[in-house]
Amino acid sequence: MSNENTSCLKGVGLTKIFGSGKKSVLAVDHVDFDFKNGEVISIVGESGSGKTTLSKMLLGLTSVTEGKIYFQGKERDISTRAKQKEYWKGIQAIFQDPFSSYNIFTKVDGVLLDCLKMRGKGNLPREEKYQLMKEACRFVNLEFDELTNKYPFELSGGQMQRLMIARVFLLKPQILLADEPTSMIDACSRSTILDMLMKLRDETNMTIIFITHDIGLAYYISDSVYIMEHGIFVEHGTSDDMLMHPKVPYTKRLISDVPKIYEAWDLDSITV
Amino acid sequence: MGKIMLEVKDLNTKYITREKEDVYAVNNVSLKVEEGKSLGVAGESGCGKSTLALSLMGYYFPPLHYMSGDVIIDGKNISGMSPDLVRKTVLGEEIAYIPQAAMNALNPTKKIIRFIEDVIRAHEPKATKKDIRDLATERFQKLGLPPDVLDRYSVELSGGMKQRTVIAVSTILSPKVLIADEPSSALDVTSQKMVIKMLRDMMETGFIKSMVFITHELPLLYNVTDDIMVMYAGQIVEQGSAKEMVFDPVHPYSKGLMGSIIVPEEGIRGKKLDAIPGTPPNLKHPPAGCRFAPRCKYATEECRAGYIPTRVFAESRMMRCRLTEDQLREVYANE
Amino acid sequence: MGMIKKVFHSPKFRLGFIIFAALLLFVFLYPLFDSGDPLEMIAVQSYLKPGTYVSQYDVAGSDGITLDVVASDKKLASHLPEADRNKMKTYLVDFVGLDANQVDTNNIPKLIEQWMDNYNPNNKAGLLVSAQRDYRNINKEVLAALDAGDIIIAINDPETGELIQNKTIHDQQYVQVSSVANRQVFPLGGDNFGRNVLRELVEATKTSLMIGLIAGIVATAIGLTLGLIAGYVGGTTDNIITFITNLFTVIPSFVILILISYSVGQEARGVLLVACIIGFTAWPWTCRSVRSQVISLRNRDHVNLMKLSGHGLLHILTTGILPYIASYVVMALILQIAQGILSEAQLSMLGLGAATSKTATLGLMMNWATLFSAVVNGSWWAYFPVVIVIALMSFSMNLMNTGLDQVFNPQLRD
Repeated sequence: MSNENTSCLKGVGLTKIFGSGKKSVLAVDHVDFDFKNGEVISIVGESGSGKTTLSKMLLGLTSVTEGKIYFQGKERDISTRAKQKEYWKGIQAIFQDPFSSYNIFTKVDGVLLDCLKMRGKGNLPREEKYQLMKEACRFVNLEFDELTNKYPFELSGGQMQRLMIARVFLLKPQILLADEPTSMIDACSRSTILDMLMKLRDETNMTIIFITHDIGLAYYISDSVYIMEHGIFVEHGTSDDMLMHPKVPYTKRLISDVPKIYEAWDLDSITV
Repeated sequence: MGKIMLEVKDLNTKYITREKEDVYAVNNVSLKVEEGKSLGVAGESGCGKSTLALSLMGYYFPPLHYMSGDVIIDGKNISGMSPDLVRKTVLGEEIAYIPQAAMNALNPTKKIIRFIEDVIRAHEPKATKKDIRDLATERFQKLGLPPDVLDRYSVELSGGMKQRTVIAVSTILSPKVLIADEPSSALDVTSQKMVIKMLRDMMETGFIKSMVFITHELPLLYNVTDDIMVMYAGQIVEQGSAKEMVFDPVHPYSKGLMGSIIVPEEGIRGKKLDAIPGTPPNLKHPPAGCRFAPRCKYATEECRAGYIPTRVFAESRMMRCRLTEDQLREVYANE
Repeated sequence: MGMIKKVFHSPKFRLGFIIFAALLLFVFLYPLFDSGDPLEMIAVQSYLKPGTYVSQYDVAGSDGITLDVVASDKKLASHLPEADRNKMKTYLVDFVGLDANQVDTNNIPKLIEQWMDNYNPNNKAGLLVSAQRDYRNINKEVLAALDAGDIIIAINDPETGELIQNKTIHDQQYVQVSSVANRQVFPLGGDNFGRNVLRELVEATKTSLMIGLIAGIVATAIGLTLGLIAGYVGGTTDNIITFITNLFTVIPSFVILILISYSVGQEARGVLLVACIIGFTAWPWTCRSVRSQVISLRNRDHVNLMKLSGHGLLHILTTGILPYIASYVVMALILQIAQGILSEAQLSMLGLGAATSKTATLGLMMNWATLFSAVVNGSWWAYFPVVIVIALMSFSMNLMNTGLDQVFNPQLRD
């Protein structure tokens, strides 16, 4: 794997404008960033701040209006299908809503087999493929033998997201982009998912970009935090810095808006 | 001790599935909420929290069916009433209900003031438009909502604003009990905070006399409610004051839940979270004995044997475990 | 399997399916029992009334059985229609002076008895000449009705050329219908060409269903393909396809249908071609609705995930999008088939349908009935059953469609 502190994903002047003319909407406005290999980065912002649009651009699922993306030091090129596929071997995602993330007509083993094919392991003997899938499920505390004939929608939300992590574990990309992976599942499953993401990073040195609206989660999981407001990164820094010494009012507000238990949660300080 | 606003005695309800199987979603639930107090209900998804909410307000539409038990609101027993009668006589005045998706329930072709007129006219057919508008304007101002919202359509409002508007509209008759089922889970943190502030303001001003707040977000419950009740597989597992439940949970399940709390405060980072392995049981065939036993690391054969009743401890707290408080604490200390 | 069960839970779908299946069964089983050329021109006259026709020759030739019955009311009534009987009553009451209560026009034997007792052809008092003639004619009929004289059948003696009495048939002689050697059953009568309408109808229903099916499949295939591509690929491709679709939608498809049908020419218009023409003009709305469904699906996370898993366009379309809209497409197909049948009927009514005398279609039957003034002369059997069949097919397919909608559309699910 790549060394620490080399650039993994770099954006220069990234911009996304939806529509054209008077009705156009500026969703992401000249954003610059440089994510290092092996880092866990959080992008925090309210709904509508442009973080999901940014993630779609990073994944190459939506076009970039302006600006450049550098992947492992080289400018990203996804102009052909083959190059796209190559890029997606390096970056994978977990989406917000597990219930709509799976094709409801594909069984669990189909989902995992796709990953093996993507890694060029589609022609391995059956037994070896089985072992690989079993190992991936064990990594996320799922029992592969119980799942083989099930459809993903028969699992609980937490299990579905774990299956997503198993998928990423099989694919072993350099970057994992997790777009609010815990916002649709309950608090108990949430901690399991976060634990597994950490484990994934520890074992594979994967760069994880974690997108959330809850700065508490960002603080818990990430090394550095980017705060996004109206399509702009208003502030970024290490996780401790961001939480303990926020400079921008927006960051302060985000922190004050999350319920606390050790300190008093000041409900009256709403500044909207 | 204040006047009891909501009392539930041994409530049992079930779902009947399309395959005609019974799912016992609420099992022997008893609780009391006094005037001016609020009760939080916590638990994983699939533990019967939302079913409890529907059962409390008598919303017995198939597949949900009432089995036994009483729901008494300020001395008036509403259990066994037909859902239509409940809707006419209980909803609005006695009980208000706010589900997670409440904000999507507003008819987009009506102005907000029309909903308020509908609600008020249903109980006071003679109310004039001006009276209603005055009342609504005053109420909205007190709750920190801009009164011009009254003349807007729901599609013109943001998600958080819509949710707060729905809450204001459905509590316009100052109900005795407000049942809020994950009212802020679909919102981002800022809107969530505003919803929570609004609920607190309504409690303080007496617009609602008591509240049952259902969520899986424990930090929210800790900040909003006086007591917390933890539900698992349709049963009450542990109950106590919010502070006791968050900082000193005794039941292994509550302990697991509280271990998953993440707040943006120093010391959280890098802390190992104790998650509970496994998933809640399928309530078509709940496990015999303690329902949590299959996931409990302290469970023994005895736990799986027979029905485990609730027991009261530390005067005001209650839990459902084979072991006593002291035994459990000893087990934890030896870990 | 579970899906099919669920579909049959819907009462609407069940009813529609039963009607449709009954129609199909009838269409395919009927030729087994009545195997004749459906387009054989049997009758020389047009618009035979529905019923069983027996050969007069055979009836005369059959051996009779004597039944001891008096000339029945029916026979009497066939001689003396209601109008005549009323005239008889008027005569008896006004000129003979019988009490009006005693004369009952429905009790024909009694009436005849009273007439025979009282009618006097010489009594001309106060009667117009025309009335006198009327009553004389009535009297003749009465006598004819009472007359039970034998009918003599004679044949030519081949040697002498004289007529030889062969057989006498008397009043009380009967023949069992099924013993008559030659019978023709026209349950729905005959049409203008003298063809058996029921046979023709069965054949026409089969052909029309085929036209509907082909038209529906052609329309759905074109609409589905274009809709999938337009919705999924988007951009310029979408713009071009949408433009063509709009073009087809703006100009009423029936006008296009008429123009194409006309320009193809009379000779070339076979059944298959008409079906294809109908299909070719009906695809735009399938295309539009498929496109909008695909657009709402294409940004769903499961499609994104399939892309991230390295799947190509074709694979995503066939496994990530098509299964999601499959139920919708089936519903659209059913509606297209029903619409195809109706379009064929409309085209043929205008004389622009299949130009053929070898096959019947429902539309052609209607066309013939109008051309040969079946409506004017009251031959309802030539067009009414056709209308009923068209209505039943369209109704049953629409019912099935609504039933499917209830099952597949979660918002309508109970």
